[in-house]
Amino acid sequence: MAGTWVFVEQKDGNIRKVTYEMLSECKKGGDEVAAVVFGQGVEGLAGELAKYGADKVYVADDAIFATYNTGAYVAQMVAMINEFSPNAVLFAHSFNGRDMASRLAQKLDTGLATDAVAAEISAGKGVFTRAIYAGKALAKVEVAGSPVLATIRPGVWEVGSTAGAGAVVKAAVAATAADVYQVMKEFRPTVSARPDLAEAAVVVSGGRGCKGPEGIKLVENLADMLGAAVGGSRASIDSGWLGHELQVGQTGKVVLPNLYIACGISGAIQHLAGMSSSKYIAAINTDTEAPIFGVSDFGVVADLFKVIPLLMDNLKK
Amino acid sequence: MKVLVCVKQTFDTEAKIELKDGKISDAGINLIINPYDEVAVEGGIQLKEKGIAKEVVILSAGSDKAMDAIRTALAMGADRGILVKQDTAADEYARATALAAAIKEENPDIILAGHVAADDGSSQVPTRIAEILGLPHVNVITAIEIAGGKATCTCEADGGTSVIEVNIPAVISSQVSWNEPRYPSMKGIMAAKKKPVATKDAAAVANKVNIIEFALPAAKQAGVKIEDDPDVCAAKLAEWMKNVVKVEVK
Repeated sequence: MAGTWVFVEQKDGNIRKVTYEMLSECKKGGDEVAAVVFGQGVEGLAGELAKYGADKVYVADDAIFATYNTGAYVAQMVAMINEFSPNAVLFAHSFNGRDMASRLAQKLDTGLATDAVAAEISAGKGVFTRAIYAGKALAKVEVAGSPVLATIRPGVWEVGSTAGAGAVVKAAVAATAADVYQVMKEFRPTVSARPDLAEAAVVVSGGRGCKGPEGIKLVENLADMLGAAVGGSRASIDSGWLGHELQVGQTGKVVLPNLYIACGISGAIQHLAGMSSSKYIAAINTDTEAPIFGVSDFGVVADLFKVIPLLMDNLKK
Repeated sequence: MKVLVCVKQTFDTEAKIELKDGKISDAGINLIINPYDEVAVEGGIQLKEKGIAKEVVILSAGSDKAMDAIRTALAMGADRGILVKQDTAADEYARATALAAAIKEENPDIILAGHVAADDGSSQVPTRIAEILGLPHVNVITAIEIAGGKATCTCEADGGTSVIEVNIPAVISSQVSWNEPRYPSMKGIMAAKKKPVATKDAAAVANKVNIIEFALPAAKQAGVKIEDDPDVCAAKLAEWMKNVVKVEVK
């Protein structure tokens, strides 16, 4: 048994940042770090993966892996785990990562720690800190098994610059058409010039205080000026001002940006759970008693309709 | 067609989490149906109202308290319930094993559940159930159509929306944006009291994931708060963003 594997999150050859975060963190330990990439025409990604710490890059390249599908990906992973016996396999805590890791864990009859924010891995054992209640509490858990499986929350680890050898190992294609039980009829990419909420360095969110689409428009303008993602509290999602995929909180997304700007958000407990781990938090709210100020590094008690345009003028200077 | 919906009883999402004797305290906490599962219950009831499903069965594994979650789902309009009594410390593997055993006896055409629980946030159980039962699964759906022995699901996916088709029987997990769960009516609540709920004990299964300890994250300290004219507020906030956070302006 050897090595920690990082399953590469990529779409059309674009590798998600969380992959680099996982490689960099694993590289800090003494164990061999391998990136595992499935796809079609993906061998060329090895160089990029080596830069962030991959000593080895296992490549499963075939048309059957062109787009993610649980059955084929899990069948391939099982075959590779049986052949190479890694100590641990880490996935991103994304929709695909948790889908694949869950089915894989059950197939291998092993434990899985999802949404981990810290990891200590040794042969046959992994100790992970998991965010529970959307981050209102933390649970330290031990996963026994070989391999140890976990999904890692994006944004908790720094991308480093220690390179690995990046030796390419071509894996035999073990998945067959018989493994595929989901038929992808259509994929509609989100058409947005803004970064993904879960990975953005800056998030600007709007809540009830936005009062409607005009207020949200101000939030969006500020976000675009900062190259930020747009998010919302439950009030603005339930009112239909923003789509559910942009909800930040316990029944939405957990975000960890460098800067979170809460505009017209009072700070209900379920919203705070989704954003209070941000590095810097700014809040704009007319209610001086709003709980959001309790977690804010910089709060202004003022009307967002007046402050946001003035803030943008000041930032331009 | 029979629809079975798995529900988990969880803390209210507005609950403040506190520790007592090293464990998560449930003192004074309002218990609800996991909001993601509640959407699955509504989805199941809507399939019945459309004439696609004949029966909607609610299944929960947990303590005796979970009976309240089952009764709530029955009050919304489900037909009958099953409570599998299991230690609430069961991990995702043990929970899925217990639920799958009960599902196998029921042999439903569609198994619905929330894609994640709002408490432990694991998002494993529906997928594990599918693997145990050897069934296809689709996760995080926001719409479903059932016809010709297939379920066609619209799903929230990484970087977009996907439409995925699977043969049924299948396990399908819901996103909260699928629908707006109804409130039980007074008539529904009265009727639910008379609906049958079977109880059974879960077979003993060892956890694969063991909890070492619980902790609360370090409380974030409040920083500066300014109450002044909007232009002063805006200028100071901009200064902080530029000098402390060092934001880049496009």
